[in-house]
Amino acid sequence: MSDKEELRKARDAWDEKTAKAMARFPERKAKFVTGSDAPVNRLYTPLDLSDQDYIKDLGMPGEFPFTRGVQSTMYRGRLWTMRQYAGFGTAEESNARYRYLLAQGQTGLSVAFDLPTQIGYDSDHALAAGEVGKVGVAIDSLEDMETLFSSIPLDKVSTSMTINAPAAVLLAMYIAVAEKQGVPAKALEGTIQNDILKEYVARGTYIFPPEPSMRLITDIFAYCSAEVPNWNTISISGYHIREAGATAVQEVAFTLADGIAYVDAAIKAGLDVDEFGPRLSFFFNAHNDLFEEVAKFRAARRVWAHIMRDRFHAKNPKSLMLRFHTQTGGSTLTAQQPKNNVVRVAIQALAAVLGGTQSLHTNSMDEALALPSEESVKLALRTQQILAYESGIAETVDPLAGSYYVESLTSSIEKGVNAYLDRIDAMGGAVKAIEQGFIQQEIQDSAYAWQMDMERGDRVVVGLNKFQAKEEPPKGLLRVDPLVGERQIAKLKALKARRDNAAVDAALARLKVAAQGTDNLMPPILDAVKAYGTLGEICDVLRGVFGEYSPSVMF
Amino acid sequence: MDRKIRVVVAKPGLDGHDRGAKVIARALRDAGMEVIYTGLRQTPEQIVDTALQEDADVIALSILSGAHNHLFPRVTELLAEKGVDDILVFGGGVIPEEDIPFLKSKGIAEIFGPGTPTQVTVDFIKTNVKRK
Amino acid sequence: MDDSCAALAEQCVAGNIRAIARFITLLENEDTQAFAALNYFKDSGQAAQVIGITGPPGSGKSTLTDKLVAGFRAQGRRVGVLAVDPSSPFSGGAILGDRLRMQRHATDPGVYIRSLASRGALGGVSRVTGAAVQVLEAAGYDRILIETVGVGQSEIDIVKIADCVVLVSVPGLGDEIQILKAGIMEIGDIFVVNKADRDGADRVVREIRAMLETQYMLAAGQKPHAEPDTLAGRMFEESVTGHHGNTGGHVDGYGDAPGAAPVLKTIAENGEGVADLIKAIEGHFARGISSGAMASRRLERVRSQLQDLVSAQVMQSIAGEKGSGSLDDLATQVVERRLDLYSASKLLLSRYFQGEKR
Ligand SMILES: Nc1nc2c(ncn2[C@@H]2O[C@H](COP(=O)(O)OP(=O)(O)OP(=O)(O)O)[C@@H](O)[C@H]2O)c(=O)[nH]1
Ligand SMILES: [Mg+2]
Repeated sequence: MSDKEELRKARDAWDEKTAKAMARFPERKAKFVTGSDAPVNRLYTPLDLSDQDYIKDLGMPGEFPFTRGVQSTMYRGRLWTMRQYAGFGTAEESNARYRYLLAQGQTGLSVAFDLPTQIGYDSDHALAAGEVGKVGVAIDSLEDMETLFSSIPLDKVSTSMTINAPAAVLLAMYIAVAEKQGVPAKALEGTIQNDILKEYVARGTYIFPPEPSMRLITDIFAYCSAEVPNWNTISISGYHIREAGATAVQEVAFTLADGIAYVDAAIKAGLDVDEFGPRLSFFFNAHNDLFEEVAKFRAARRVWAHIMRDRFHAKNPKSLMLRFHTQTGGSTLTAQQPKNNVVRVAIQALAAVLGGTQSLHTNSMDEALALPSEESVKLALRTQQILAYESGIAETVDPLAGSYYVESLTSSIEKGVNAYLDRIDAMGGAVKAIEQGFIQQEIQDSAYAWQMDMERGDRVVVGLNKFQAKEEPPKGLLRVDPLVGERQIAKLKALKARRDNAAVDAALARLKVAAQGTDNLMPPILDAVKAYGTLGEICDVLRGVFGEYSPSVMF
Repeated sequence: MDRKIRVVVAKPGLDGHDRGAKVIARALRDAGMEVIYTGLRQTPEQIVDTALQEDADVIALSILSGAHNHLFPRVTELLAEKGVDDILVFGGGVIPEEDIPFLKSKGIAEIFGPGTPTQVTVDFIKTNVKRK
Repeated sequence: MDDSCAALAEQCVAGNIRAIARFITLLENEDTQAFAALNYFKDSGQAAQVIGITGPPGSGKSTLTDKLVAGFRAQGRRVGVLAVDPSSPFSGGAILGDRLRMQRHATDPGVYIRSLASRGALGGVSRVTGAAVQVLEAAGYDRILIETVGVGQSEIDIVKIADCVVLVSVPGLGDEIQILKAGIMEIGDIFVVNKADRDGADRVVREIRAMLETQYMLAAGQKPHAEPDTLAGRMFEESVTGHHGNTGGHVDGYGDAPGAAPVLKTIAENGEGVADLIKAIEGHFARGISSGAMASRRLERVRSQLQDLVSAQVMQSIAGEKGSGSLDDLATQVVERRLDLYSASKLLLSRYFQGEKR
C-alpha cells in the first residue's frame, strides 16, 4: 500500500470517528470561512497538496516562481523597510516632520499629499475649500516642493510619493528640486504610485479618462528608463481595492489585471518589457486573517511570475519578481475601543512579514478617528520593530511554507485569481472591465455582503458588534490648522505676481501642443514646472485636451 | 400607493472613498427607499439643488477627508437660504466626536461614525423624516 | 380640486422648482388631487419638444443626455430631464444613478433634472412620466429629455410620450444588432451608435441602415400610402418630399438612404457627434411640423394615453370592489367553470357602468 493510500485510509477513519463525536459535540459554527468568505476545512493533510510540485510551484527563494520570496536570504540579509506614510499641512510643517524622522535614522520618506493636490487643483480652487493640507501636504508649485525638501539631500534619501493622476507633474517637480540641489536625475531613488486604474475602481482621485491617463503613465515609464533609471515608476496598488471591500482573491486579481494593462500599454508604446519590468512594484493590504493573508502574498508572487514569463516573455529575472509594499488594513480598524487596533495591526503586520513584504507601513490605532497622533505613530512603528527584533519570524525564509493549510490556501487563491484574470481577459482587459463597471461591481458586492454578514452577527468585530463597552471619546486628536488654506492661497498669489508669467504661458502653450500630439509629455511638463507654472495650471491644460473622467457607477 | 422616502446620497469634498456611501445607498434601497446617488466631489450647491429638484426628504452626506466642518454647515445654510426646513440632513464618515456638537448646532441631525450598522441609519431616517 | 394642489400648480407654472418637484412626487404617489390639478396646466406654457433617449443598459444614454442638455442650453433653451431607473422588485426601493452624469447642470437654473423610479412599470418609463412632462411643459421647459430604463426588447412605452425617439446602441454587445431587433427598431426616429471610439461602430451603423432599408421596402411595398405617423409612413413621405434628416455623422462614404431615419455615430464621453445629433433632432421636428406628421403623432399619442388612463381607472375601480359580482367573485366562478371569461368581462363592465350611474 502506498503512503498516499495509507494516509487516505487513516483520513477516512478519522473523518468517520470525528463525525460520530460531532454528533455529541457539534462544532461552534455550521460553516467556517476565511476573512474573505472562502471555505475553510476542518483539517488539512498532505492529501490536500497531492497536486503540488515543489520545484514548479514553490521553488527556492529568489527563484522562479518566487512563491517563497524574491530574495534568496530574505530578512536574514536585510529587514524590510519600515516606511510610515506622513505629511500634512503646509510644506514647511511637513519638511520639519521629515527632517525629524531622518534625524532619527529613517532613510526613506513617504509623502502624503492633500486631496486638491491629488486631483490637480491649486489651493485656491473652489473645490479645494476646506481640504487644503487636510490629508497630506499641499503642493501648488515648484516653490512648495523646494520648501518640502529643503535641507534634505535628495541623493541620500529615497522618497515614495502617493500621487496618481498628476504623478508626472509631481515627479517633474522632484526632478527640478534635485537639479537645484545639484543632484542629477540619474541619482534619484524613489517611487510614485502612478496607478490610475485603481483610482477609477477604488480610490477616486482620478482626473483624466483612461486612455490619456495610460499615455501619461507610459510616458513616465519611457522618460524614467532613460533619465531617472533608479526610480520605481509605478506602484500597482491592491491596497485601496481591498479597502473598498474586495476579498483577498479580488485584491490580487484586480491588482494583477491592472498590472497586465500597464505592461500591455507600455509594450504598445514601444518599450521593452525587460527595461521597465524590473521597475514595477506593487502595494498590498494586510487584513486580520493571518493565514489567508500570507497565502495571498505568496500566490500573488507566483501568479505574477507566470504572467511576466509566459504572457509577456520577460527574460530578466527581476522582471518576474513581484516586489511589494504593504500597509495594514485601515478598514479593519474600529473607532470603538481604539486600543484594540494595536492588536489588529500587529497581526496584520505579522502576516505581511510572513508573506515576504519588501516594506511595511503599520497603521496607527486612532486612524479610524482622525489623522494619527505622534504617539500612536510611534507605537505603530514599535510594533514593526518588535516583530523584526523579538518575534523570530525574520530569522528564516518563508517560515509557513509546507503548512498544509497555507499551501492549500495559496493554491486556491491562485486558482481564484486566475479565474478572474480569464474573465477580465475575455472582456478585453482591465481598462474595458473598468469601463463596463465590472470590477467596481464585484468589489461593491463583496463590500455589501461583508456589511450584511457583520450586521447579522455572522462576522464578529470585537468591540463593534460584540464585546461592546461604553467609553469616553478619545482626546488629543491631531488637527490641521484651519488657516493652512489661507496661507497657501497667499503664497500662490505672491508667486503668480512674482514669476515670469510670459514664460509660464509659453511653457503651458508648448505643453498643450505636445498633449495634442504624441510626444513624450515629461519634457514639456518639466519646463512648465521650472517656469513655476502651478500644478492646477498644468492639469488644466491637460484637462482641456484630454477631458475629464466620469465614473461608471453601478449597483 | 404608499409614499416612498427619497434620499439624496452625496459625497461632498474631494475624497474618493465611496464604500460607505454605496453600502448605505444599497441598504436604503433594500429598505424600500428611493435613493438618488450623486457620486463624488459634490459641492454643497450641487447637493442642495439636487435635493430640491428631486423633492428629497433626506440628504445623507458622507465624507472622509476631514473637511466636514467646512462643507456640512454649507449644506444646511444653503437650505435655510432657500427657505427649506423640511429636509432631514445627516452625515457619516471619519468625524471626530469633538466636532459633533458643532455640526449638530448647524442643523446636521445626526453623525454616524464608522461601524454604524446600516439598520441604525434606516431606522433613524424612518423615525426622523420630517415630511410624513 | 384641493386648494393646496391648485396653489402648487400655480407655482409650477411660475417655474418654482420646489413646487414642480413636489407636484411630480404627488403624481408618483397617485394623489388624485394632483391629477385633478393637471387641469391647471392645459393651456399654460407652450408645447415642448419631448425627446426620448432609449437603448440598452450602459449604452451611454445618461452621458448623451448630459451632452444634449449642454447643447440645448447653448441655444438658450430651458431644459427638463426626466431620468427613469428601475425599482427593485424585492424591496420597492431604487437607486437612481442617471443624474450622476448630469451633475454639472445641477446648479444651472435653466435645467431641471428629476430621477424617477419605474415603480413596477415595465415599459421603460414610469407611470407618471407622461404627466410629469405636462408639468415641465407648463413650467416653461421647452426641451424635455426623457431617459428610459436601460431597455431590452419590449420596453417601448417611450413612443407614447416622446415626439422624437433617439435609439442608442453601441458596438461590442456581442451579436450587435440582435438587441435592436424585435419591436424596438420601429420606435426609433433617430439611431445613434454611441461609443464610436470603439471598434465595430461602423459595422453597427451599416447593419442598422440595412435593417431600416429592409423595413422601409417591406412597409412601402405593402402599404405605399401608409399613415404618416408610422415609421414606414414617415419614411415614405420623406422619400417623396426629398427631405432627409442626416446632416452629419456619415460613415465611410455611405450616407443615410433618402427617406430613412438618420443613423449617427457619437462619442458621448467627449461630445463628438452630439452637434450632429442635435441637428438631426431639429430636422425631425422641422419635417414633422411642416408635414403635419408631428401633429398627427401627438394626436395618436394622446388617444393612446387616454385609452390607457381610462382602462386604468376602470380597472382601479373594479379591482377595489368586493363581494358578489366583484372581480374576485367572477374569477372564482370562471375557475369553477360556472361562467366563461367573456361573459364575466361583460358582467364586470355592466356592473362598472351601473356603479358610475349611482
Ligand atoms: N468609450 C466610451 N464610453 C462611453 C461613451 N459614452 C458613455 N460611455 C461610458 O459608458 C458607461 C455607461 O454610460 P451611461 O451614460 O451611464 O449609460 P446609460 O445608458 O445611461 O446606462 P444606464 O442608465 O445604466 O442604462 C460609462 O462608463 C460612460 O463613461 C463613449 O462614447 N465612449
Ligand atoms: Mg443612465
